[in-house]
Amino acid sequence: MTAAALRLENIVKTFPGVRALDGVSFDVRPGEVHALMGENGAGKSTLMKVLGGIHQPNEGTIHVGERPVVMQTPQDAKALGIMFIHQELSLATELSVAENIYLGALPTRGFGRVDRARLHADTQRILDKLRVSFGPGTKVGDLSIANQQMVEIARALTVDPVAVIFDEPTASLTDAEKVVLFDVIADLKAQGVGIIYISHRMEEIFRITDRISVLRDGQYRGTLDTAETDEDEVTQLMIGRALDLSRNTSHHQLGDVALEVQGLSCGRLYEDISFAVRRGEVVGFYGLVGAGRTEIAETLFGLREPSKGRILLDGSEVRLGSPADAIAHGISLVPEDRKGQGLVLGMNCRDNMTLPQVSDLASGMLTAEGAETDIFARYHESLDIRTPSWRQTVGNLSGGNQQKIVIGKWLAMKPKVLIVDEPTRGIDVGSKAEIHNLIRGLAADGYAVIVISSEMPEVLHVSDRIVAMFSGRITRTFSSEEVTEDALVQAISGLSEKPAA
Amino acid sequence: MADTASTTDAKRGGKDAPPREPILKLVAKQGILIAFVLFMIGFALANSRFLDPENIMGVIRSSAILGVMALGVTFVVISGNLDLSVGSMMSFSTIVVLDLHDKIGPALAIPAMFALTLCLGAFIGFLVGYLKLNSLIVTLGMLSAIHGLTLTWSGGQNMDIADKSGTWFSVFGQGEMLGIPVPILLFALLAATLGVVLARTPFGRKVYAVGGNGTAATFSGIRRARVVFLCYLVSAFCVACAGLIQASRSLGSQNTVGQGMELEVLAAVILGGASLLGGSGAIYKTVIGVLILGFIQNGLLLIGLQFYAQYVVTWIIIILAVWLDIGAKRGRFLSPIA
Repeated sequence: MTAAALRLENIVKTFPGVRALDGVSFDVRPGEVHALMGENGAGKSTLMKVLGGIHQPNEGTIHVGERPVVMQTPQDAKALGIMFIHQELSLATELSVAENIYLGALPTRGFGRVDRARLHADTQRILDKLRVSFGPGTKVGDLSIANQQMVEIARALTVDPVAVIFDEPTASLTDAEKVVLFDVIADLKAQGVGIIYISHRMEEIFRITDRISVLRDGQYRGTLDTAETDEDEVTQLMIGRALDLSRNTSHHQLGDVALEVQGLSCGRLYEDISFAVRRGEVVGFYGLVGAGRTEIAETLFGLREPSKGRILLDGSEVRLGSPADAIAHGISLVPEDRKGQGLVLGMNCRDNMTLPQVSDLASGMLTAEGAETDIFARYHESLDIRTPSWRQTVGNLSGGNQQKIVIGKWLAMKPKVLIVDEPTRGIDVGSKAEIHNLIRGLAADGYAVIVISSEMPEVLHVSDRIVAMFSGRITRTFSSEEVTEDALVQAISGLSEKPAA
Repeated sequence: MADTASTTDAKRGGKDAPPREPILKLVAKQGILIAFVLFMIGFALANSRFLDPENIMGVIRSSAILGVMALGVTFVVISGNLDLSVGSMMSFSTIVVLDLHDKIGPALAIPAMFALTLCLGAFIGFLVGYLKLNSLIVTLGMLSAIHGLTLTWSGGQNMDIADKSGTWFSVFGQGEMLGIPVPILLFALLAATLGVVLARTPFGRKVYAVGGNGTAATFSGIRRARVVFLCYLVSAFCVACAGLIQASRSLGSQNTVGQGMELEVLAAVILGGASLLGGSGAIYKTVIGVLILGFIQNGLLLIGLQFYAQYVVTWIIIILAVWLDIGAKRGRFLSPIA
């Protein structure tokens, strides 16, 4: 057996009161794609910070090749050939591709002038390896997210990397873009680079990785050969129990039509959208990123003006000029971007949850602290939000618990229509199942629910009906009995342009 | 790459992981107060007159005008904006109320001055809130524009009340009630009222939400522009009160009486621990910030520091206090990464 590209031995990292990493050992071989999996809070980020020289481990050793190493700073890690491709891009959008790639190490000639010819030649050589369509001089801000990610990868290739770590690289990529990314990863692999691939998405993990290591609660739970395992085994290792990924079969008594949309269009974002949602029904909107689903949700929540069409609530037409209007009409939106749109992270749990109705609850001039605390207590219990007290700052909670705060915030408004955009993005497997059950429970309670999701298992699992969208149009509507995965994939990729059933 | 990593790291250090030592933890929570107490002890040792009740009263009294302005700016800063126009606006209020005092009498001059000052605040609020212009640019511009307005009003002359001994107008700056100077009472009354508004009313909650995460506030149905607009109205109201005290105290004034106060006010608000990024701060903290600034300046005078050197020393103290505060929150005082 050849020496590992990167080997961790019994890494322990403690913060006061927390053992964030408790004896983690695994190795990445040259030319191997090694998945690192675990729920949020399992210790993946801490481990990456140890590998990146940001945290120093309390115990344990890291070997690069045969050599034990100590990394005090991120520069040390880079010098050893450990490179990171972060989930959140850290590029200067006003600079060119070449400048971004060599930022901090621009080749110079006399008097500190940048040697542009060499810069572009060096950059072109790396871009050729990645087989991308843009050149060194392109402004990064003009590139798509996927291509920006390629720039990040190119940056990792400026040194001869020993190991490259991808942290949720596909989070904002379309399927086509993913294919390109996977090709690049395969190339790196062929060059003998060790790759650590962090992702929540099982499908990708099984498609591209060789081995899978799992962390749970800061502890190393084991390494599996991808070829010899399956999703269930990995999931069990991650959460300690099996996961329910079936399709929705429960149906509730449907009530009246709560929301009806007729011929709604908004410029070129979406066109001629018509659908209805009844009380007790969950309608899933499935499609690729950019298909227009979020834009429809934004229109229904008063954030976007439609150019044509009508919105009817309980049979009467409404005009929604602002979120305040939409809320007054009984529409709630659990937005796609939990941290950016859903929560004030520096505020406590209770105040976040009661924010939309803080004025309605007020008694006289003052806020009704007691009533607000009651509301929090109700959803704290019914949604099983894990936080010791309402005083806890929301930013301290895990992703799943944060999402429950946002859901609680909108349930507390007793909406007629609840729209949930990407309900489980960036949430670990265990919390996902809980949130899915929660959504089904809402339908049982008579809410009209719209779920927008990019994850097929999720849509299948929660929806009574599924609306498939492609490029701003509804291509087909399925009932949960008739839907098949194949038909759904066809409908959202524009392969069969059948009219809505 | 290093940037992203270090920000998340700072977040972790500040929230998930409690600071390493108990002492650090105490400093983290009460950094500003501790610094304050240390300064007080130092000055008291250096000069025995420092802790004289008379001296203490004197400091609070001379801090009242700055303090009243800082209360309003606290709202603006928590909402995530700046107000650099308050010094210039205070000069305007002072000149206007002094001029109108002799022309239409104090009973009409005071409401007229309040109305005019609130108009200025409303204008700024409109530009920053509804037109969404950058508050730094808008209020820096207004600093200059309002100064021009003041000079136009006064014709460049100092403004004096003709009969200085025969007016009840002097009560706001010079009067006493129950042995306490009226400026201090006004400051305390405003602080108490605005403290309740900020901490216990829906409007106050919305100010924190808008400053903490404006997008999330919008997604919660909060009308962001209106909240920002109202913050500038509160700020202008406080400036009008400060102008009233200033005019009443001296019964005459130069056009530049408030010059430079915008930075002192901002310093007090930040010393109190409000974040310039918005979303955090409190009225009681601002009051502490105001007092720290007042006592430090007084203490420096008492230990015989030249008056002009104070500008520099005050700045150094602010930087030290903020560094101590942020360092304690991060759990370390020197950041290894940019």
